[in-house]
Amino acid sequence: MALISFDNVSKRYPSGQEALSNVSFTLREGEMAFLTGHSGAGKSTLLRMIMLMERPSQGDVVVGEQNLSRLARRELPYHRRRIGVVFQNHQLLFDRSVFENVVLPLQICGYGAEDAARRVRAALNKVGLLDKEKFNPISLSSGEQQRVGIARAIVHKPQVLLADEPTGNLDPQLSEEIMKLFQQFNRVGTTVLIASHDLGLIERMRHRTLVLRNGRLIADGRG
Amino acid sequence: MAVDNRNARPERREPPAPVRRGAEQHRIALRDRNRNWRRHHLLVARQSWSRLFATPLPTLITLAVLAIALALPGFLLTGLANVQRLSDGWDHEPRISLYLRADLDDAAADRFSRSLLLRDDLASVELVSREQGLIEFRQLSGFGNIVDLLDENPLPAVILAQPARTGLTELPLIKARLQELPEVDEAVLDMEWLQRLNAFVLLAERTVLVLGLLLALAVLLVVGNTIRLAIESRRDEIVVAKLVGGTDAWVRRPFLYSGVWYGLLGAVLAWCLIQFSLLLLQEPVTELARLYRSDFEPSGLGFAGALLLLGCSLVLGWLGAWLAVGHHMREIEPS
Repeated sequence: MALISFDNVSKRYPSGQEALSNVSFTLREGEMAFLTGHSGAGKSTLLRMIMLMERPSQGDVVVGEQNLSRLARRELPYHRRRIGVVFQNHQLLFDRSVFENVVLPLQICGYGAEDAARRVRAALNKVGLLDKEKFNPISLSSGEQQRVGIARAIVHKPQVLLADEPTGNLDPQLSEEIMKLFQQFNRVGTTVLIASHDLGLIERMRHRTLVLRNGRLIADGRG
Repeated sequence: MAVDNRNARPERREPPAPVRRGAEQHRIALRDRNRNWRRHHLLVARQSWSRLFATPLPTLITLAVLAIALALPGFLLTGLANVQRLSDGWDHEPRISLYLRADLDDAAADRFSRSLLLRDDLASVELVSREQGLIEFRQLSGFGNIVDLLDENPLPAVILAQPARTGLTELPLIKARLQELPEVDEAVLDMEWLQRLNAFVLLAERTVLVLGLLLALAVLLVVGNTIRLAIESRRDEIVVAKLVGGTDAWVRRPFLYSGVWYGLLGAVLAWCLIQFSLLLLQEPVTELARLYRSDFEPSGLGFAGALLLLGCSLVLGWLGAWLAVGHHMREIEPS
């Protein structure tokens, strides 16, 4: 069953620049795929469309059964709750502890405090940061911050996990660890889409790879 | 790395697990949603409260401005209510004083006053004979000695007539008809001072109303601006909350609570200011009343007044926050 499908999607900015042109692909439920291409090829734009941080100028993006172009503004939060996102710049809040960062999606979804605490600890345990829950994320290393971001993205068990250059600033060993983590989530049923330009790493992971160049999808196959 | 066994194991055997997981989440949300929602409100209310005192000085300054803006109309309204209470104590009924011709003797005056009772435009009459008038004049004017020097009583008999109808257009007509009577030297309508007082009170009420509206606007702007700054300083948090699926209501909530807290504390401070100002006025007002041989006691804001102050303040605080958040809510989007 298709979970994410792009049908002839184009994105043209008012400046005339075309970020995506006629992109079509389908990601099945439980699939894991990489999205690659040089910087500016449209990787981020594609991920942002799935999050509905941007709307296509043309074509349809469907997530689950929902055509995003027909999604009302008030339904947008509920759409985003089905998706976990990991950002290159982490998007962590430095005015609160690691625990409070990770618990945020659960609070928003309406979990009770005890239940939420249990789930936060499970998520922190998965990324190996259980002993750092009371730390302020600013005191953590870049790799650890990235893992806090991952814990926050998966704590509410989203259907889809998106990652935008999750290994951008990390050394090769840490990058590999992070990718293994994504593989684990995929193995328990989460659909995973990772934008990355780390071609060597992608090749070693042996997953489906979508290649973008100047906004066009030029290759789609096993890495 | 440890894996959450509870969820992981069954799902590894059955790949289409996300559907089941989604259903599980939904069930939890349904069962506990209301309780968790209430708890969340309490939590946000508490957090907003403690956030106020995380920066005590700016909060205090904001509260002082709010309190002054709220206290001023409250104080003026209380003063006005006292003036109205004072004028209520006086006889509101307009009277027409009929000064009878000096050549009318007491018996004729008495007959005339009885005849007036038959008129349907008068409710009651009271005759003050020349003798009575002289006695009252002696007592009240302090010129008793001068009167003693006179050979005869210079005062005319007076009839105090209470008109049956007190409409502002009818009173002068009644007065004119009474003036026509041959026994009457002069008819005087004792209502001008009352009209003037009423006009003055009306003017003061209007002024306080306009002032109150302006100051309410000031409260809205002060709260709105304070909340706007708070939103600005928590922009990252709003972006992240929106990214992980926070609804507008969820993002708005802490700021609305802040607005309500500002309203509550502003009202309490304003109440203290009003009561303190009235306390300062208490002594001179009582002294003034004593000089007028009155036992008038100025009254405070009262329970209803305090409730009104609190209600207005809460609504203004909430509304100010709501306007500020509503304006910035769409503007701050993840990018």
